Amino acid sequence: MCGIAGIYPFHTSADSHHLKTTLEHMLATLYHRGPDEGGMLLDKNFAMGMTRLSIIDLSGGQQPISNEQGDMWVVFNGEIFNFVELRTLLQKAGHRFSTHTDTEVIIHAYEEFGLNFVDHLNGQFAIAIWDSRARQLILARDRVGIRPLFYTEHNGSMYFASEMKALATANRFPLEIDFRGLSQIFTFWVNLPPRTIFRDIHELPPGHLMTVSDKGIAQYPYWNYRFPTDGIFPIRSRKHARTILREQLLEATRLRLRADVPVGAYLSGGLDSSLISAIVKQYFNDKLETFSLAFHNPHYDERPYQEQMAKHLGTRHHVVEINENDIAELFPMAVWHAEKPLLRTAPAPLFALSRLVREHHIKVVLTGEGADEIFAGYNIFKEDKIRRFWAKAPESEWRPMVLAKLYPYILQEKGSVSPFWKQFFRRHLTETDHPFYSHLLRWENGMHFSRFLAPDARIALTLEDHIEELWNLIPYEYSRWHPLNKAQFLEAALFMNGYLLSSQGDRMMMGNSVEGRFPYLDHRLIDFAAQLHPDLKLHGLTGKFILRQAFPELLPPEILNRPKQPYRAPIASVFLSQHTPEIIRELLQEDALKRFGYFNPAAVARLTQKLLQNPVPSARDEMAITFIVSLQILHWQFIEHFQPAMTIDMNKFKIVQMNHKEETNAVF
Amino acid sequence: MNQDVKTTIREFIVENFLFGDTSVVFDDDDSLMENGILDSTGILELVAFLEKEYGIRIANEEILPENMDTLNNLHRFLEKKMKLEQAS
Repeated sequence: MCGIAGIYPFHTSADSHHLKTTLEHMLATLYHRGPDEGGMLLDKNFAMGMTRLSIIDLSGGQQPISNEQGDMWVVFNGEIFNFVELRTLLQKAGHRFSTHTDTEVIIHAYEEFGLNFVDHLNGQFAIAIWDSRARQLILARDRVGIRPLFYTEHNGSMYFASEMKALATANRFPLEIDFRGLSQIFTFWVNLPPRTIFRDIHELPPGHLMTVSDKGIAQYPYWNYRFPTDGIFPIRSRKHARTILREQLLEATRLRLRADVPVGAYLSGGLDSSLISAIVKQYFNDKLETFSLAFHNPHYDERPYQEQMAKHLGTRHHVVEINENDIAELFPMAVWHAEKPLLRTAPAPLFALSRLVREHHIKVVLTGEGADEIFAGYNIFKEDKIRRFWAKAPESEWRPMVLAKLYPYILQEKGSVSPFWKQFFRRHLTETDHPFYSHLLRWENGMHFSRFLAPDARIALTLEDHIEELWNLIPYEYSRWHPLNKAQFLEAALFMNGYLLSSQGDRMMMGNSVEGRFPYLDHRLIDFAAQLHPDLKLHGLTGKFILRQAFPELLPPEILNRPKQPYRAPIASVFLSQHTPEIIRELLQEDALKRFGYFNPAAVARLTQKLLQNPVPSARDEMAITFIVSLQILHWQFIEHFQPAMTIDMNKFKIVQMNHKEETNAVF
Repeated sequence: MNQDVKTTIREFIVENFLFGDTSVVFDDDDSLMENGILDSTGILELVAFLEKEYGIRIANEEILPENMDTLNNLHRFLEKKMKLEQAS
């Protein structure tokens, strides 16, 4: 696990000393991603480098690493889990290896397969390959977006890096908020790649390759979620599905334990992470250490389930308890790492959890991320199913009552659905042919947030305008997919990439130099799950049905049959209490709001007043205050007071200077 | 009861749900829910406000769109409600 960065000047003759210094500054901002060592490759008119968190081949794995001739080099962030198998394959094809790393496998695979090399990788990665013969840079990002990669063009050069702060450091070019990106976050809760919250900074979309040469920049999709079309599902038998799932999940977990350092696991108390820990304990490692997040506030706490599971497994279990003040203290740090406005405070406690892992000298953890998307665990999938059922008889009194199984609070005392809730869920009820039927109600809620914006920060965009941009991400055959599969795609491509794997995943873990690994997101498992008949995933209203069936012997029934509990953290009490840190209070003051120019101070004052008076704040008001606080922090950290670390200890760096005259490479 | 009921409620809505945003135009007959002005939690906030402002008790079964989803509905509902209270 690491941070990578690089500079490709187009057509210009860049000063090599300047390139090196700029790269050094960029890498300094990525130190937290790889505190163990680093490396640089310096060629004529090109530079790239990395900071390394050593996990595989601790002593021999320093990057950059080259092919046999030393004319192709790679730096990369992440893991190639099938590197052992690939290495054997490539050795048979005549490639000679000089390290035991997964990194070296990438460069030989590129030599062997060209741009198709990426199809052979099972992993989580952001890769940069410098092919000096062709003077071409190749960037690649893993299929579902586990590892980040951003790029920008500025003053005739192309810059790339694992985090946006490194791009801002290069040449000190000032960041600006992209108002279209801002409006997008209201709507979808995330940005649609390649757009980010910063103007002119782009995210390389998951499952994409990119080439950069003097001919310019080109992008190629190499993978996307694919589902069967027209209702033809290859796997319908429960028994068959269960057998394959057992094999695949064991294999995905086994590969993700490959490391030359100990691997721990998160235990949330839910089914998904409990099952992964149980598999590890049962099949692979009897000395597993597990880590859990507990909340002081019992409303959010899942400690009883976590403790039950840890006891059941007999792991060495560690817990960190978080209260409202901790969240407030950690929140600015969470924004610094997430690099985008947040609608929830939930990333902050996860920063404390990865810190706990680090304190116990563990660098790698397995988590249950991805199961809800690929096996359909979320309420939104059930809501979609129920509303489609209701839409067939819109006047039915009892059909909407099924919704109360998901949202018990919509029922009145006498047992019927509250008329206002009914009215809420009735919107667009019969538009079941709408391509985004499952998510339409949520996306429409975005309007609420724009009320807090200052006139200059508002742009007149409708939901239709945003949906037009969304179509760029939608696969060709989408319209022929089953409704459940469509909703699964939207959850995975939007919220999982843009929030769960990034703001709650990579960034909160790497902030403490901890690497997350996600067995459910093995692409073979994803492709398998896509073949399943929808009833095997959402069975009646039981989500993740086949997953619950697959390993019943490993889990206590209370965990196995537990309904999904969304992971949430307190909000209003965090930002508006007497313990709220000074910086957050200041950023909510009228002069800071006016100075930054995004928000209407009177509207923000009304909101905070309302939240202070209201003991049970509404969800959308809580999201609004989180959004306001986080954007204010983001501006303060990245625009008004941008002060990244500018130096890094180069003593631990491997510096490769390519020297074309002598056709050799001096390694210092 | 007079025209001021609608003005008072309108002011409350603009203040409490639109946070002073006067660019949102809604007529006395426009649905507050369908226009995204009120959400379901908002209804409960509105009920609490009406009870306090007008010294009435609103029963759960009275929390209906036909009583509360537009300013005109709210006006009619309150008028009826106040008459009943006076009568009893």
